[in-house]
Amino acid sequence: MARLTINGTVRDIDVDPNTPLLWVLREQAGLTGSKYGCGVAQCGACTVHIDGNPVRSCVLPVSALSAEQQITTIEGLSKDGSHPLQRAWLKLDVPQCGYCQSGMIMAAAGLLKKNPKPSDADIDAEITNICRCGTYNRVREAIKLAASGLPAKQST
Amino acid sequence: MSMATQVSRRSFLIGSASAIGGLSLGFHVPFAEAAAAKNAAEVNAWVVIQPDDQVIIRIARSEMGQGTLTGLAQLVAEELECDWAKVTTEYPTPGQNLARDRVWGNFSTGGSRGIRESHEYVRKGGATAREMLITAAANEWKVPPSECVAANSVITHQPSGRKVSFGKVATAAAKVTPPKEVTLKDPKNWKIAGKPLARLDTADKLTGKQIYGTDLKLPGMLNATVRACPYFGGKVKSFDASSVSKMPGVRKVMQIDDTTLAVVADTWWQAKTAMDALTIVWDEGPNTAVSSESIAEMLKGGLDAKDAFVQTTVGDAPGALTGAKKTISAVYAYPYQNHATMEPMNATARYTPQKCEVWVPTQNGEASLAAAAEAAGLPVQQCEVYKLHLGGGFGRRGNFQDYVRQSVLIAKQMPGTPIKMIWTREEDMLHGAYHPTTQCKLTAALDDDGNVTAMHMRISGQSILAAVRPEGMQGGKDPAVFQGLNLTGDEGHIGYTIPNLLIDHAMRNPPVPPGFWRGVNLNQNAFYLESFIEELAHAAGVDPLAFRRKLLKNHPKHLAALEAAAKGIGWDTPAPKGVGRGLAQIMGFGSYVAAAAEVSVTDGQMKIHRIVAATDAGHVVNPAQVERQVEGSFVYGLSAALFGECTMQGGRMVEDNFHTYQVMRMAEMPKVDTHIVPSGGFWGGVGEPTIAVAAPAVMNALFAATGKRIRTLPLKKQSLA
Ligand code: FES
Ligand code: FES
Repeated sequence: MARLTINGTVRDIDVDPNTPLLWVLREQAGLTGSKYGCGVAQCGACTVHIDGNPVRSCVLPVSALSAEQQITTIEGLSKDGSHPLQRAWLKLDVPQCGYCQSGMIMAAAGLLKKNPKPSDADIDAEITNICRCGTYNRVREAIKLAASGLPAKQST
Repeated sequence: MSMATQVSRRSFLIGSASAIGGLSLGFHVPFAEAAAAKNAAEVNAWVVIQPDDQVIIRIARSEMGQGTLTGLAQLVAEELECDWAKVTTEYPTPGQNLARDRVWGNFSTGGSRGIRESHEYVRKGGATAREMLITAAANEWKVPPSECVAANSVITHQPSGRKVSFGKVATAAAKVTPPKEVTLKDPKNWKIAGKPLARLDTADKLTGKQIYGTDLKLPGMLNATVRACPYFGGKVKSFDASSVSKMPGVRKVMQIDDTTLAVVADTWWQAKTAMDALTIVWDEGPNTAVSSESIAEMLKGGLDAKDAFVQTTVGDAPGALTGAKKTISAVYAYPYQNHATMEPMNATARYTPQKCEVWVPTQNGEASLAAAAEAAGLPVQQCEVYKLHLGGGFGRRGNFQDYVRQSVLIAKQMPGTPIKMIWTREEDMLHGAYHPTTQCKLTAALDDDGNVTAMHMRISGQSILAAVRPEGMQGGKDPAVFQGLNLTGDEGHIGYTIPNLLIDHAMRNPPVPPGFWRGVNLNQNAFYLESFIEELAHAAGVDPLAFRRKLLKNHPKHLAALEAAAKGIGWDTPAPKGVGRGLAQIMGFGSYVAAAAEVSVTDGQMKIHRIVAATDAGHVVNPAQVERQVEGSFVYGLSAALFGECTMQGGRMVEDNFHTYQVMRMAEMPKVDTHIVPSGGFWGGVGEPTIAVAAPAVMNALFAATGKRIRTLPLKKQSLA
């Protein structure tokens, strides 16, 4: 049994404590926005936040987490897709297949939290997620657009 | 209305369109019923209109990120004259296509054909529906249809100014006899097609709402994973189910065919954990002595072999080469590569003796249906496939339906229970449909003026068609090997005019399953040809652009694409200090493409600073989408060029995840400027051709920067220090 706080809600989940957080989110909590891409912390498709820090949930057993820690998934990043990164992503039509994009956005959100105006080098260093469709340049542009402060409501 | 709300409303509607498909309900509701529930009228196979004027456009091809969903909808909407803000899309199922005499044509989504192969009939579909709507309105007004026009989902009777919206006449229009002939618009007059419109499928990808195959949830569903014998040609010798059958959640441990075991459990993680613990003994089969080295030797033997399949021949290349004063020769090699789609292979199946249903991300729904029927042992009419959004395809999810077959074989052992099977990344890496391996020996003669008087290009290596589509072979020859190297043809012809030219293929097929890998054979052919052409230019002491200009004089479209890329990189101005520039061009998938690259090397590390790409795809349906595909092509092509290699050892592949199969990431990604230079008059593909120019442009730039010629990919195996 694990007690987890996911997107602000405390949940008791009946699960083997060795189960990686990714699979608890996907299979027990029903939150499939976080994706399985590699299972070995290589691709970042499974990125979620623990207390605001991006982590690769595919290698994090739930036994390592306490109920006090805040787990945020892509579903909890904003209520309605209005996080500045989500708006920037929409404006630039960043995704192709989209499979890596939850992880990309969560990694980017973690970056902006500690570094609101990242340089290209900061982005290179922090966004190490894999996108096989090749959206990197638009991901970079969208991070910068979000960092530059989007208008509260999009007007275009 | 702001764009944000428009788009999110549209995505809500896409969401509801998939609800029509039954995903959120778990089981499929035929869309005729779903349409009836909303009082929507199917005007024709392509166009459904609701009373509230919402337009649902049916899309037969699969969306895997390439944007075909939006592009094809733009083409239909353009002719339909509907309000683009009211457009949503839905997939007809392969079973419905079969039942309706293939009214939606081919479902196969590969070869960059989504738009170029279907533009005509989907536009006709839109135009026909428009005419039917106009006729329905005219009938109601008792006026001649010729006095009415449609625009923005509204029909206007011009003399009287009377107006009616599509939604009001859709039901009547559905009963109108379709016109036999419709005239399609001149692309000059396009208002929706040809424009850089926002994609229809973005919003749900930003919030985690988009459902991929791996995300599907059906009532009562169990989860499975498989392990197939990793040795090519090997099989299961024995396994001990009792070692795991008591593990938590495990429902069944099964062998599904000679090579493959499956574990079914309550959750996927439980299935995977049990599979990892399962004791399996493999019969390693006949290929354990096969390695990358032995394959390279085998291919090397083909480079000078007497027998080869001849495709392209002009004059007498062997004769001219024998008599030539100056000849240059080089041998190139291209490795095995895995598609490595971000979403591993998966499929969900439910089998009963009466019906087999499969939910699957597939590039070819009809191939999935055929595979399901075969595995189920049921007539195809008793099977159905529901297509899900793909987390990448790149050719892996088209011809090869191994995952559909497996999922049905699993479901068959537990009738009535839907079972979702997901491969691990390791399974995905070890059971690819690999980019084939080839080598190439090029020999050319130069005269005193630096003209190429003869060239022989001998390709040695694996045929894809021999393994996966033998019906496409021509008397033993695989014509697809020569992609981009044919003398003529709309698909891809060589731009260089060389008076004595011979291109042939010594087929050497190692025991590794090959497949169509985004860009297919154009990838290695462009790497070989475009690298070697620069070798010749340097040997002749001529600037590589000037050298190509002369050779391309009879092929202005090839040249125009190259000139656009060269101009974009500033070829006529000196490169920054330490930076080398390289070029490449090719024609493939019906389009003319070129690239120019700038690279430098510091401490043995190459940095790609900038790429300028040029694409002439004839007509462009969505320029923003073309740009995205071109940018993505460099990521795919350069991942392959820099890192991509699957190594054979002891009869199996070595690389089994991204730590050993590295791919390009943000830090390696250069800036890409895309120049779209459509010359009109033809329809070329976009998703693939540019991949082929990525490697040669960069390797040519590397040569310019360092004097080092890379003839064997990937680059990671070469020292630049
Ligand atoms: S799935 Fe976690 S990093 Fe790839
Ligand atoms: S958008 Fe497809 S993997 Fe990134």
